[in-house]
Amino acid sequence: MDLHFGDSKPTDEERAAVDALFGPPESSWEGAARDEMRAADLRWARGGREARDRRELLLPGLHAVNDRVGWISEGALDYLCRRLTVPPAEAYGVATFYAMFSVKPRPATVLHVCTDLACTAAGASRLCAGIEARLGPGSGVSVERDPCLGLCERAPAALAIRAGDPVRTAVSAPATVEAAVLAASAPDSAPEEPPPVTAVPQAGGPSLTLLSRVGVVDPSSLDDYRAHGGYTALRRAFALGPAGVIREVTDSGLLGRGGAAFPTGRKWQATASQPDHPHYLVCNADESEPGTFKDRVLMEGDPYALVEAMTVAAYAIGAHKGYLYLRGEYPRAVHRMQYAVDRTRERGLLGDDILGQGYAFDIEIRRGAGAYICGEETALFNSIEGHRGEPRSKPPFAVEKGLFGKPTVENNVETLVNVLPILTMGAPAYATIGTARSTGSKLFCVSGSVALPGVYELPFGATLGELLALAGAGEGLRAVLLGGAAGGFVRPDELDIPLTFEGTREAGTTLGSGAVMAFDATVPLPRLLLRIAEFFRDESCGQCVPCRVGTVRQEEALHRIVERTGADAAGDIALLREVGRAMRDASICGLGQTAWNAVESAIDRLGAYE
Amino acid sequence: MTVTPLGIPRRLLEFTIDGEAAGVPEGSTILDACRAAGKDVPTLCQGDTLRPKNACRVCVVEVEGSRALVPACSRKAEPGMVVKTDTERARHSRKIVLELLASSVDLSTTPLVAEWIKEYEAKPDRFGPDAARLNEEPKIDNDLYVRDYDKCILCYKCVDACGDQWQNTFAISVAGRGFDARIAVEHDAALTDSACVYCGNCIEVCPTGALSFKSEFDLRAAGNWDESTQTRTTTVCAYCGVGCNLTLHVQDNEIVKVTSPHDNPVTHGNLCIKGRFGYQHVQNRG
Ligand SMILES: Cc1cc2nc3c(=O)[nH]c(=O)nc-3n(C[C@H](O)[C@H](O)[C@H](O)COP(=O)(O)O)c2cc1C
Ligand code: SF4
Ligand code: SF4
Ligand code: SF4
Ligand code: FES
Ligand code: FES
Repeated sequence: MDLHFGDSKPTDEERAAVDALFGPPESSWEGAARDEMRAADLRWARGGREARDRRELLLPGLHAVNDRVGWISEGALDYLCRRLTVPPAEAYGVATFYAMFSVKPRPATVLHVCTDLACTAAGASRLCAGIEARLGPGSGVSVERDPCLGLCERAPAALAIRAGDPVRTAVSAPATVEAAVLAASAPDSAPEEPPPVTAVPQAGGPSLTLLSRVGVVDPSSLDDYRAHGGYTALRRAFALGPAGVIREVTDSGLLGRGGAAFPTGRKWQATASQPDHPHYLVCNADESEPGTFKDRVLMEGDPYALVEAMTVAAYAIGAHKGYLYLRGEYPRAVHRMQYAVDRTRERGLLGDDILGQGYAFDIEIRRGAGAYICGEETALFNSIEGHRGEPRSKPPFAVEKGLFGKPTVENNVETLVNVLPILTMGAPAYATIGTARSTGSKLFCVSGSVALPGVYELPFGATLGELLALAGAGEGLRAVLLGGAAGGFVRPDELDIPLTFEGTREAGTTLGSGAVMAFDATVPLPRLLLRIAEFFRDESCGQCVPCRVGTVRQEEALHRIVERTGADAAGDIALLREVGRAMRDASICGLGQTAWNAVESAIDRLGAYE
Repeated sequence: MTVTPLGIPRRLLEFTIDGEAAGVPEGSTILDACRAAGKDVPTLCQGDTLRPKNACRVCVVEVEGSRALVPACSRKAEPGMVVKTDTERARHSRKIVLELLASSVDLSTTPLVAEWIKEYEAKPDRFGPDAARLNEEPKIDNDLYVRDYDKCILCYKCVDACGDQWQNTFAISVAGRGFDARIAVEHDAALTDSACVYCGNCIEVCPTGALSFKSEFDLRAAGNWDESTQTRTTTVCAYCGVGCNLTLHVQDNEIVKVTSPHDNPVTHGNLCIKGRFGYQHVQNRG
């Protein structure tokens, strides 16, 4: 390939941001100044495999520029492309895919204000209007209305990001106009976020397993983690050997917590037995399902647990490299996980010879850049590889051809963290928790109209009513959304639904990622449904027609009937059903297939528009 | 005459289509099998010279044991598969896909679509007069070809043809996402500022006429495009020694566009700027 780069030049700052990541360019072919042309330039060629291998640095490169300057100019993009041998048209396609990047000039500070379900119920529209009135044009802050920021327990939420060296961030939640404006105008002096344990109403309770260390250990201290039982699971894993670990995980009955409930042991076994190498481990920490924030709380409150769990999983499947794909809007989690990975590596718990066992494994953290679809397994691979975050069509499945076309296990954060108790207590003991088909305990993210929103840990089998009682759901409950935006609504008279994978399925709904959003009668249902439709329209990758156009047509229909009921709405509801059916049947990935679930359940179960 | 190499013989595998037993060579797609069995499955994004992108979803069929419908163009046939091509469920999805497409882009120059719309009783108008459409002006920024993305169904064929599947120029890609996704060159600039080498291979594969020769675009705009009076002559390009086949489309004794036979083992339908656009000297009667 013969790449063409335009004439636009990066500014010194943009060049510095890119060079800080990749080192100075080796040759003028890579964008070094001509007057620095060295003799080697005359015989300089780099292409083929080596150049292709650098493509995966595109997303970190885009982040580097965006972090430093706040947006990605033509010159910066072209320079990045020279350094990585990526065609500029493709890099432009990637840069424009992500919500956190801008290819148009914008102020250095962006204030992301959540307008999603829990925040809307907590008055996000008023907050936005107030912030905009206070900041006004020329304030040097760009205010963006965004989908769920994963801070729903503290709704309404806002996140300020100020570009610079280093980039500064500040979270305001629960946000007031004053606090959000302060976060945007002086991120360094904004008050600190409350510790993650404040999101765990049961903290300190004896029944906790997955959350037992949150608020108990110092999340920055590896010694403290070890003093609280850290690294006993990995020692047990080394004693059992890879096949033994897989056997334990299989026998434990662990099902994936990322939404699809796939048996983890089977996935590991299928990958471990692939003859093709290398194998990869990917931890899905993208968590962008509206109403879901459990993975954030785990990573912020007990980061070493995830490092240990990833090491166990990698050992079991024979992987030596793992990627932690972490949501870009989680600055504190990124920071804590990076710190934990670095400390662990220093202490020989990551690297070439872990615990002197001759086993090598290391973790690289990749930051997402604002795209719900990148949580989909194969879209996540594409995103890491430096392509647009578009799902691939399956088969082939990830266990056979995943990241970089190699056998890959992708697991959710919560799934992986379960592996620690499985190994420390043993599969039989673990399997006695929960029900026969849903073993272990589950994290639920409760938000909305409840007194104590937060992450709850309950053994599978507890009912929705029991969970809501813990969280203090009050009188006047109108509806509960189970499983996030891709889940379904249930009525207040259905609170005896058991919170298990099989129980929710039998009740015609889904557990999804474990999000539980309660809404009382003050929340206007049609507006809520409109917000869900808007979310999917915004987050569709655009690859396939049923989803790309279908989500738009559904949103239009919901707009038309927002204040209508009965016969006036019947035509559009029929239209919604027809389009929804084709989306479920013919979309490439789970986004399009589930985009209509919540609205359909609101019509069928709640009688919305009747 | 073009010669298609046969390749090494492949094992036959057995499966059923619409209740009838079918045997297809290993590696065939469900679509290959359907076509061999004389079943009509509509396709839009499938390209005979490209790896299937399966983005349009108009070719979906039912496969027993599969929760969702399956794109016939890309799913490989497997032994024992039970395929149903014409069920109510598959027809429903095809109908909706056609409605969604026809309501959002201009399909007037997409062959066969009008017939499918009739066959599947698709009613693109039922989304109401305010249904969002692309509504883009044609991009006319060079003398050779026009990009009319108002007709683009985002099938990715042009991107694949320009990229690693054929041309390796990578001048275009998909930018943006969702309904706002568009085919674009870097920085959404003009084609003349891009890496494009005007091979026209993207025009060759475009199924909708979103990419077209400037000559064709102008004739259409003037209402003078008339395919029924055109002749097609396949000949050999005279520029270099490779020997690419050119098909000259002639209307009123003027070459109006140049394509290349897809089954030609040398070009697979691809040409360079000279073969594709360098025909003016032939009709320069000055
Ligand atoms: C649109 C979409 C978004 C998803 N987002 C996430 C996510 O944010 N986090 C996650 O763990 N899984 C997400 N998933 C599920 C993953 O594709 C995958 O099933 C999961 O990470 C597998 O891990 P598990 O087996 O541990 O559940 C998403 C799926 C779809 C279709
Ligand atoms: S269903 Fe939606 S998100 Fe998934 S591939 Fe299709 S367009 Fe993209
Ligand atoms: S004419 Fe050739 S180089 Fe230009 S965009 Fe089309 S395929 Fe790419
Ligand atoms: S321009 Fe043509 S080939 Fe390219 S994506 Fe659009 S319809 Fe397909
Ligand atoms: S942070 Fe606003 S809804 Fe989740
Ligand atoms: S032709 Fe099969 S999906 Fe488009």
